[in-house]
Amino acid sequence: MRRDDTAAPGAPPAAGAEAAGAAADLLASSPVGPALDAEAPPGPPPEDEPSDAGPLAGAGALEVLRRGLAATPELRRGVVLSVAMAVVTAAGKLAVPVLVQQILDRGVLGPEGFRPGFVHGAAAVTALVVLALYGLTRATYLRLVRTSEASLLALRVRAFDHVHRLSVAEHTEQRRGALVSRVTSDIETLAQFLEWGAISWIVNSVMIVATFAVMAAYEWRLALVALVAFLPLTVLVPALQRRQLAAQDRVRTAVGESLSEVSETVAGAPVIQAYGLEDRARRRLRSAIDRQYRAYLTAARYVAAMFPLGDLFGACALAGVVAVGATWGPGWGLGVGEVVAFVFLINLLLNPIAELSEVFDQTQIALAGWRKVLGVLATPPDVPEPAEGVDLPRGPLEVEVDRVSFAYRDGVPVLHDISVRLPAGRSIAIVGETGSGKTTFAKLLCRLADPTAGTVRVGGVDLRDADPAARRRAIRLVPQDGFLFDATLGDNVRIGLGAGGGAADDAQVRAAFEALGLGWWLDELPLGLDTPVGERGGRLSVGERQLVALARAQVGDPGLLVLDEATSAVDAETERALARALERLSEGRTMVTIAHRLATAESADLVLVFDGGRIVEQGTHAELVAAGGTYAALYRSWLGNTGAGALDGDGDGPGQADAGGPTAPISAR
Amino acid sequence: MSAVDLPTDGAAPRPAASLARRGLRLLWLSVRTHPRPFAVSILGAVVFGATAVGGTWVIGRVTDEVVVPAFRDGVAGTTVALGAAAIVGVAVLRSLGVFARRYYGMKAVRGMQRTWFQRVTDTYLRVPLSYFGAHPTGRLLAHADADAERATVVLQPLPLSLGVVVLIVLSVVSLALIDPLLMLVGLALFPALALLNHVYSRRIEEPAARAQARLGEVSGVAHESFDGALVVKTLGLEDREVARLRRSADRLRRARLDVARLRATFEPVFEGLPNLGTIALLSVGAWRISTGAISTGELVQAMALFNILAFPMRVVGFLLEELPRAVVAADRIEGVLAAPSRPQPPADAQVPLPAGPLAVEVEGLRFGYGATPVLDGLDLALAPGEVVALVGATGSGKSSLCHLLAGLHQPEAGTIRLGGVDLRRASPASVRSQVALVFQESFLFADSVRENLTLGEPVPDDEVWWALARARADGFVARLPAGLDQRIGERGVTLSGGQRQRLALARALLRRPGLLVLDDATSAVDPTVERRILDGLRGALRATTLIVAHRLSTIALADRVVFLERGRIAAAGTHDELVATVPAYAALARAYAQGATP
Repeated sequence: MRRDDTAAPGAPPAAGAEAAGAAADLLASSPVGPALDAEAPPGPPPEDEPSDAGPLAGAGALEVLRRGLAATPELRRGVVLSVAMAVVTAAGKLAVPVLVQQILDRGVLGPEGFRPGFVHGAAAVTALVVLALYGLTRATYLRLVRTSEASLLALRVRAFDHVHRLSVAEHTEQRRGALVSRVTSDIETLAQFLEWGAISWIVNSVMIVATFAVMAAYEWRLALVALVAFLPLTVLVPALQRRQLAAQDRVRTAVGESLSEVSETVAGAPVIQAYGLEDRARRRLRSAIDRQYRAYLTAARYVAAMFPLGDLFGACALAGVVAVGATWGPGWGLGVGEVVAFVFLINLLLNPIAELSEVFDQTQIALAGWRKVLGVLATPPDVPEPAEGVDLPRGPLEVEVDRVSFAYRDGVPVLHDISVRLPAGRSIAIVGETGSGKTTFAKLLCRLADPTAGTVRVGGVDLRDADPAARRRAIRLVPQDGFLFDATLGDNVRIGLGAGGGAADDAQVRAAFEALGLGWWLDELPLGLDTPVGERGGRLSVGERQLVALARAQVGDPGLLVLDEATSAVDAETERALARALERLSEGRTMVTIAHRLATAESADLVLVFDGGRIVEQGTHAELVAAGGTYAALYRSWLGNTGAGALDGDGDGPGQADAGGPTAPISAR
Repeated sequence: MSAVDLPTDGAAPRPAASLARRGLRLLWLSVRTHPRPFAVSILGAVVFGATAVGGTWVIGRVTDEVVVPAFRDGVAGTTVALGAAAIVGVAVLRSLGVFARRYYGMKAVRGMQRTWFQRVTDTYLRVPLSYFGAHPTGRLLAHADADAERATVVLQPLPLSLGVVVLIVLSVVSLALIDPLLMLVGLALFPALALLNHVYSRRIEEPAARAQARLGEVSGVAHESFDGALVVKTLGLEDREVARLRRSADRLRRARLDVARLRATFEPVFEGLPNLGTIALLSVGAWRISTGAISTGELVQAMALFNILAFPMRVVGFLLEELPRAVVAADRIEGVLAAPSRPQPPADAQVPLPAGPLAVEVEGLRFGYGATPVLDGLDLALAPGEVVALVGATGSGKSSLCHLLAGLHQPEAGTIRLGGVDLRRASPASVRSQVALVFQESFLFADSVRENLTLGEPVPDDEVWWALARARADGFVARLPAGLDQRIGERGVTLSGGQRQRLALARALLRRPGLLVLDDATSAVDPTVERRILDGLRGALRATTLIVAHRLSTIALADRVVFLERGRIAAAGTHDELVATVPAYAALARAYAQGATP
């Protein structure tokens, strides 16, 4: 249907159903594929990196192809298969016009008149050829899909694996959507391309060349006439194509704008109603919807104009061939059948021409997607594991941070020359504003990234030399949201034993809850450990999720615990349970807490105050309050604010826009 | 064929007949809404159908009048030119038809999409606030976007389908005119193609849907896994996660292969069958030529007809396949459009609220969502210019009371008088300008700071700055790269929660309200700043102020505290009085002091 009415003047295969076209059809009718009539719907994958999204330069495309084939060698076999399929398909299609010519010139209009034996014999042979080629096409197409699906699977798994090996610095909230796209929609663009676009390039190119070859074999001068008639297309189609792509770009922008207008209407409904802004909102919506409509129409104009072009020039070629053939053909020794065969041959060219103009667009999308996937694979993992790792001691671990600096890949420095010693078995609270570097510091303690300079030693071992399994056993991070997988409660605790820890039985898991004084909570759940927690733990309350995360840490029995204190609201009962569980969990371990509550800092053995990537103060709560520095100021403003109790969160911190504002010098909120 | 083929929806759970009827209703509704582009598009499709058949006729005639004579005993140059002109002429007509069909078809589709889009968003502007709580934002967006598109895309092949009917009729007629015997060969072929197409669409639907679902699963695994990257890394679960993705991706691969097998079986048949038909036609036709029953040109024309007839089956098939999906999307949209509007103020609601600080008198106020009462006979009185803290546990009805005071909800029973005027009789415009409600979730438009405050009204800049200063937001706004013209949410400019709340507060203050209702609207603002804001307001605005408070520091700023419990004011007085005399209040205050629940 992408080629609906390229079926031209007199003819042949309107719905070419060679496998390439087949894929196109499925694409058009599948819910993911473009809408009917090649009117590409806007917005393929989300454009997360504008720099990647632009059309690829020719050299870039070849480079992507080269690196892509290197990354997935299986695809080479796919190329061979595609060429084989193209030849088979071309042969099948060309057989019919040749038969027309043979029967007309030798079976009916020839000097011997009607020859039933020859006619039926030739027809039977051609029918057999068509049938045999059907079988061949089917087999080749299946092989091709098998090959491409296998290589896509391999590529998807590799990309996914690689994303997980990347430093946690790459795993920011902003980048997460992009990373998911790498293993889903980007690979999908490639899948669609491999199963339609790539085949289309090869099959249609072979088809065009083969058709012209057959024409030339009949009569090169007539073939030349046809070629000249089609030549203007080589200029017109790319020109229209470019405009169409630009128009579709504007469609995407317009759709994005009207959607954000709707989302403002929905999210801002309270404000709209409270201030009576309905008319203003309606005006803005109308104009955004109209802009989107007009952008669609502009794009539609190019799409609609592109379509009949092949037909039109095909008719010119046909008229030229008939005129030249009728005028000079007899003198060149042609037959009626040969001129009629030209009619059918020219029509065989129309589909390939139409498809090539469409596949152009898809190719660019696929190349952009491929490039992004390859980009991920080319990002080196930052945290190389040692070949022979050193074991970490059991029991509470001392941490020595020695002249550590850290900067993200883009060069933004986060920590500057930090040296500090965290005594074993103590509780340490880290306070500071958002962006002060305290979270990054905590991540370095778990070796989620390596410092750009300096060393972090835990239990006397440089983390870079520590055995990964030992490190994961001995050092535990409890993230703020206590992330839970969509599995049962028991499973979520069980993974706390780590990859090498073997399977914890229910008794072990239960023991972990008991040890934290949470046995009663487990008993209250009707399904106990078999309670499904839902997506991201959604079936549990925020506080309950934290309880599970603590049990997960407990089951691993770490010597160093790094805890990002939750800021979210928790009901009073769970709050008490959490406090008690935390107290028990920290017994006999070194515990580093990113503190958001005054009480946590008050009760810690050591408070580290971060500011601008440095530790500006350290000591006990009492010492720091007495010293009258940053912490003391923080504490004072805190006192007026025992309720919210967040040191930073989304408080009034001097983020990007508020640096040193008159209102919030300390900016604890 | 269409009557027979209608239940192509196969896996759709609803009864096919009713689905078909609803599909036809949707098509008719769309055509009726945008009749002109549809008419032009259908005209283009008919021209296309006629000229496609006409083209085969021209080719046949040219073969007989130009090509065959040229090789027998020569032909005049003018005849040749005429033949060539006829070929090009028909092609020009056909191209115009195709252009008109496609362009105006898309115009009709996009027009209808725009109509749905507008109707949906108009609905969003007239429904009560509670509607947004009951429906997730993502789904509301999808109605305006994806559903509107899905309900209309199906229209695109409609004109072509009608053109195809013309094409089929004309083809069969012209085949019959050429030779009834050739027509019989053709009539044997087309039902076979139609049947094949029917079977194919039926059989591929389920595997295609499964492949789609598998893709969703892969995406789900990736999302979850990357979301939990910290846990995965610290526990060393990478291999487990990779294995999980591999299993999911492999299921996707196998589902895709199932689809590919069907495709590989059926698609080449659609190509091969007409070829076999052409070959049969040639065998029969050669014999018919030899007996003089038909001419060479007529055989050429018949073969050409065969080839244009192969694809219409696919077009009609597509329309029928997409129809159920479109109907479901349209049903969803209709569901949105059916949402009841919020009640309109009565016609006699024209009494303006007095200027200046407003007295608030609430008597016997009842309000609830559904059967559950939230406010149950609430009485409350605020003196003009008083600053009162509203305290209560989660779910005690604080927000509902705030909404009711601002006229966003209608009470079920009881009265609210502001400045002595019953809210039911107050003019809506004066309520909006005199009562300012500021929400905890400070919503800012993706627009400039100025626009966010003025909301499109012409307000002098010094007024804007006055409001910003009262909200203690002038300092950071002045430091924004573009000042008042800074667009919120633009790259690199992020505002903290406290800053956003202060902008939302400034928006309310700009209107110099007589009653200011702060529904936990300063929760992210530093307490010292909050104090300065409220102290400033006492001097500059003197508005009656009701503050929903979750912090002791906020409570401390109020003249008086009212304690809301079980839908009524359970106690009122100073903080110390309430702590001493009301145990429930004391417990709540203790919880706030410990930093439990903001």
